[in-house]
Amino acid sequence: MMSNTTQATAAAPAAAPIHSVDEPRGGDPRPATATAVKIKARDVNVYYGDKHALKHVDLDINENEVTALIGPSGCGKSTFLRCLNRMNDVIDSCRVVGDITLDEADIYDPSLDVVQLRARVGMVFQKPNPFPKSIYDNVAYGPRIHGLAHNKADIDDIVRQSLERAGLLKEVHDRLDQPGTGLSGGQQQRLCIARAIAVNPEVILMDEPCSALDPIATARIEELIDELRENFTIVIVTHSMQQAARVSQRTAFFHLGDLVEVGNTEQIFTNPKDSRTQGYITGRFG
Amino acid sequence: MTDAATPTPVGPSPGASPIRRPVLSGPHLRRRYAAERRFRLYGLASIAVAGLMLLLLVGSIWQKGHSAFWQTYVEITVTFSEGVLNPDGGPVDHHELERADYLSLVRDALKEQFPEATGDRRLRRQLYGIVSTNADFALRRMVLDDPSLVGQRRPVWVKLSDDLDSLAKGHIRRDLPESDRRVSDIELGWYDVLDKAGRIESRFNVDLFTAGDSREPVEAGIYGALIGSILTMTITLLVSFPVGVMAAVYLEEFAPRNRLTDVIEVNINNLAAVPSIVFGLLGLAVFLNFFGLPRSAPLVGGLVLALMTLPTIIIASRSALKAVPPSIREAAFGLGASPLQVVTHHVLPLAMPGILTGTIIGMAQALGETAPLLMIGMVAFIVDIPQGFTDPATVLPVQIYLWADSPERAFVERTSAAILVLLGFLVLMNAVAVLLRKRFERRW
Repeated sequence: MMSNTTQATAAAPAAAPIHSVDEPRGGDPRPATATAVKIKARDVNVYYGDKHALKHVDLDINENEVTALIGPSGCGKSTFLRCLNRMNDVIDSCRVVGDITLDEADIYDPSLDVVQLRARVGMVFQKPNPFPKSIYDNVAYGPRIHGLAHNKADIDDIVRQSLERAGLLKEVHDRLDQPGTGLSGGQQQRLCIARAIAVNPEVILMDEPCSALDPIATARIEELIDELRENFTIVIVTHSMQQAARVSQRTAFFHLGDLVEVGNTEQIFTNPKDSRTQGYITGRFG
Repeated sequence: MTDAATPTPVGPSPGASPIRRPVLSGPHLRRRYAAERRFRLYGLASIAVAGLMLLLLVGSIWQKGHSAFWQTYVEITVTFSEGVLNPDGGPVDHHELERADYLSLVRDALKEQFPEATGDRRLRRQLYGIVSTNADFALRRMVLDDPSLVGQRRPVWVKLSDDLDSLAKGHIRRDLPESDRRVSDIELGWYDVLDKAGRIESRFNVDLFTAGDSREPVEAGIYGALIGSILTMTITLLVSFPVGVMAAVYLEEFAPRNRLTDVIEVNINNLAAVPSIVFGLLGLAVFLNFFGLPRSAPLVGGLVLALMTLPTIIIASRSALKAVPPSIREAAFGLGASPLQVVTHHVLPLAMPGILTGTIIGMAQALGETAPLLMIGMVAFIVDIPQGFTDPATVLPVQIYLWADSPERAFVERTSAAILVLLGFLVLMNAVAVLLRKRFERRW
């Protein structure tokens, strides 16, 4: 399924400066060397059967930053996101070619354990998808299967902490044994975030986390994303350009499977280099 | 939302036809409402028809079969004479009591009751026939339980013969000419005499539920068949449920989609349509002839029925697994659960109610199945209650089939009674499944 090779890793100099990726696409005015690169994608191509969904994408994700992926529907941003924790493995017809490294380690290495990878790279989905279990069990599930806690008290701690960090504890502390599916949409999504951060991943991928939420819940989650940035590296796919502008430090614009432009969020929104980016953010298409 | 990559023209182009808006009244709407009402009516009618059919079916079976739950007894005064039970005198010997001639005790009691019938041999035989031919066994049991009865004179209730039992239950019409009647005028007279003397009594037919099969209708019970059914169903469930669910989980969650799995899928669907007798032939060829398993055994019956039930369980389980929303799988995968954990922690528990429904449909089918069991010898006259999975046994539907085939009038009501028991067993099984399903559903 995975035709990624170690040769390709050798061919791409591992220590290539980050701006060398950005420069041909418009350049990042400030050198990004201040923050370390967490995830590095080089020449990533994704095929669904015959369809070439993602074409030669080179992108760096910086540590403790929020990177927003924007672009019209079907442009490949979700596909790219799902490459980062190999969720595409689940789809039979999907084929990923190229190199993606997490802390310099190839995540498509056959010897790498996908389970470990997904423990390090968590994910929050577009539609809140809590397990049909209690709120407590939803959050406790990850720590349990990864053996992060050895007794009930540890798990209790993790659950409370995670709910607290997701800003949900106050609302649910007295009904942890109630089903998670009984919460409101925004609460469910925060529960999903709590569930994701309970295993202390290094990276959190968010696939349009607010698209099913009302403005108040959205604001709450955006706030949360900003707080989480301190401890996690976050990649967020969003259809809302205001959201990208509000929460992210860097923004990447995808169009028809191409990564058109990537740079500081401010620069992308105020001074895009590419005419397609300009067109999209000003609402001329998409 | 911002879905299209290219701008699209908005609004009607100039020069288009005038805008038509839906009219909120008029014949169109009336027709729609009428159609709605008609549709509801059809649905109600269908349910009413189905309910009526069911009521008719169960009602007619009950009407025919309820009398089998009662058995008519007659009181005779038995002298447990020492001469018959302990002919050589001396202390009462258990071994001797076992082999004594209890039949003569019954006959003596009857002769004593109706001395006028003792002269003629034919008359005498008719007289002996008014009680069940197994009445002597009842006396034997009494004496063996309490040897002090020897030498005493006691009134004893014994079963009336099947014909007089039918008469007592009103199944035999008295106004028919004697030649068209199963009961002769003389027997009728005896019956009336006994009835007037208060020596006829109807009691609950315990033997129906505690005895095995018998050629004598009044002695025949369905306990053996019931136990046979339970043993057979146990094997069927133990084999088909795990195998079926595992197959479904593998095919649905792990197997790659290719030609081979397509072929397997098509063939599973085909298997579900194979006539059940073919599975019986398969069982005969494989389990009996090749593996040499015992004939008429619940073990083999259960295996054959398991083969028959498998496709049903697999198909139902697969659709139940398919119905689990993919978002749950994604959520679990996203947390780093392994495929096995995703299935056992999330998908399988969510699919369990559907799987149980499929299983119960399959089991209910298997419970009512007769044809495949004919092939492996479970259609036999078996008096003993099966004690294990390899003992000869029969099952409820086969018992019904055998009784329906018997010529005695008294088997008619017993056949219906056995059907009622089978239906009761089925309802019980379904109730357990529904309870289990509720439990699983409540957890989520």
